[in-house]
Amino acid sequence: MEREFTSASFNEFLGEKKLMASKCIKCGALYLPPRPLCIKCFGTEMEWVEMKGKGKLAAFTTIAIAPTLMLEEGYGRDNPYCTGVVELEEGPKISARILGVDAKKPEEIKIGTPLAVDFVERGEGEGKRTFLAFKA
Amino acid sequence: MIKKSRKLGRGVAIVGAGVCKFGTLKGRSSRDLFVEAFNEMRASVDKGLEIKDIEALYVGNFSSDFFEGQGHIAPIMADWVGLVPRPATRVEGACASGGVALREGIIAIASGLYDMVLVGGVEKMTDLPTERVTDTLGGASDVLYEVPAGFTFPGLYAAIATAHMNKYGTKVEHFMKVAIKNHNNGALNPKAQFNSTIKDVMASRVKKAQERGQPVPTWENEMGFLKDDRANPVVAWPMRLFDCSPITDGAACLLLVAEDMAKNFTDTPIYIIGVGQASDVALHDKEDLSCIGAAKEAARQAYDMAGVGPEDIQIAEVHDCFTIAEIVATEDLGFFKPGEGAKAVEDGVTARDGAKPINTSGGLKSKGHPVGASGVAQTVEVWHQMRGEAGPRQVPGMDIKLALTHNVGATGGTCVVHIYERR
Ligand SMILES: [Zn+2]
Repeated sequence: MEREFTSASFNEFLGEKKLMASKCIKCGALYLPPRPLCIKCFGTEMEWVEMKGKGKLAAFTTIAIAPTLMLEEGYGRDNPYCTGVVELEEGPKISARILGVDAKKPEEIKIGTPLAVDFVERGEGEGKRTFLAFKA
Repeated sequence: MIKKSRKLGRGVAIVGAGVCKFGTLKGRSSRDLFVEAFNEMRASVDKGLEIKDIEALYVGNFSSDFFEGQGHIAPIMADWVGLVPRPATRVEGACASGGVALREGIIAIASGLYDMVLVGGVEKMTDLPTERVTDTLGGASDVLYEVPAGFTFPGLYAAIATAHMNKYGTKVEHFMKVAIKNHNNGALNPKAQFNSTIKDVMASRVKKAQERGQPVPTWENEMGFLKDDRANPVVAWPMRLFDCSPITDGAACLLLVAEDMAKNFTDTPIYIIGVGQASDVALHDKEDLSCIGAAKEAARQAYDMAGVGPEDIQIAEVHDCFTIAEIVATEDLGFFKPGEGAKAVEDGVTARDGAKPINTSGGLKSKGHPVGASGVAQTVEVWHQMRGEAGPRQVPGMDIKLALTHNVGATGGTCVVHIYERR
């Protein structure tokens, strides 16, 4: 059976190292994050489409004052991390962690940098979670 | 998109306005802040106010649930100012909660349902440690897709900043100039959390080091201070500490009445002639990452209703939750062309004595940003300026007849714009 077009399914796919979007069967509109209702034609028939995982950096930041989620991963004041908005070759943009750049030298990070999808795994067993990332 | 012109069913005027002192107010809860703002509002009604005549309360509040562990605050605010059993409604629109509450109050009077409405905004933020405040504010973004990517609230605006820098060549120095300007204004505002210029801050740091026998820091000028990683650390590059509005406790109140009653309360009411509100998608879904679409649409509605354009607006309070946000706001509102907001700051156009004074109160940056109260407090500033009652920070040599406020929730998921007239 087709998985529901929810964030839970999106995350489940990330766990399988797949970046999946939903595509409206009626009008072809592509949604990442996936959604169950097409907001262009209001059709409700969707299908899953895997993204090639190629894109470029559209906007970014390097964060020193981190939220709890990232503090728990060891990031913070002395260990900033980069996050950004990635524009995929297929068109949609998505928020993701940015790897392979020096978060301590933000002046050197360039918008337009080509990126490839990557997956960050955290936790074990039941608590295991996979986060979307892109690597320079 | 609905482009049909809209008018209010009947006119609405502001006849009273007040704010409490903003800051870290230990031992005082949201109801205490609200009472202080209410009392100042009461005292501001020139010909007096019968509290029993207030028919309803709309109060902007983002997250008393997380900040104070207190939900359902509207009836508590109503009770503490003696309004029970009047209907009291809490309005949530993240950092635009106050502006949205004002709009709801206006609609309630314009509809004919009420003649007199109290609009308030309140947020008590400083009881939580900074990380928890960061998490709570992060809840105003998309928690399913933006938060797992590691985005924080400052981080999202920082991303807008990098897009603006990339598209228009905006420099970090421009952001710093917004901070310097707004601190200059806040230094003249006794209600401001940071009632001091950047130069004052530098002098106090030097004094503190001397007192403690530590090495005394030296900076060439304000820019030198703002570029010093130790004095002004990066929060989310390119946003540093002094690019961010602070965590603030505060409240604000406005008294609205039907236009035809306004002169019973004051000889100088401030009329609300333009109202606009719009919503927008999460940051990553925006076509253009260097502007806020909801602000453009809310402004379009407000200008259309008021029958005026951006060139007619004399002063504005805009939502500078981060310095980049002020630059983007002045472009979205049409005061300057896209990409030229930074130059306007650099040239002093938006200074208190410039051609288009922006954030004479000190803005959220210096006055403080108690998120649910900010939208209402912006209107309180405009009220003072338009009535010539802003004291030492009164805009010099300008007879202010038209003003605007611009209040944004999160990265523009919500934006509210109001236009005011003194006749
Ligand atoms: Zn469709």
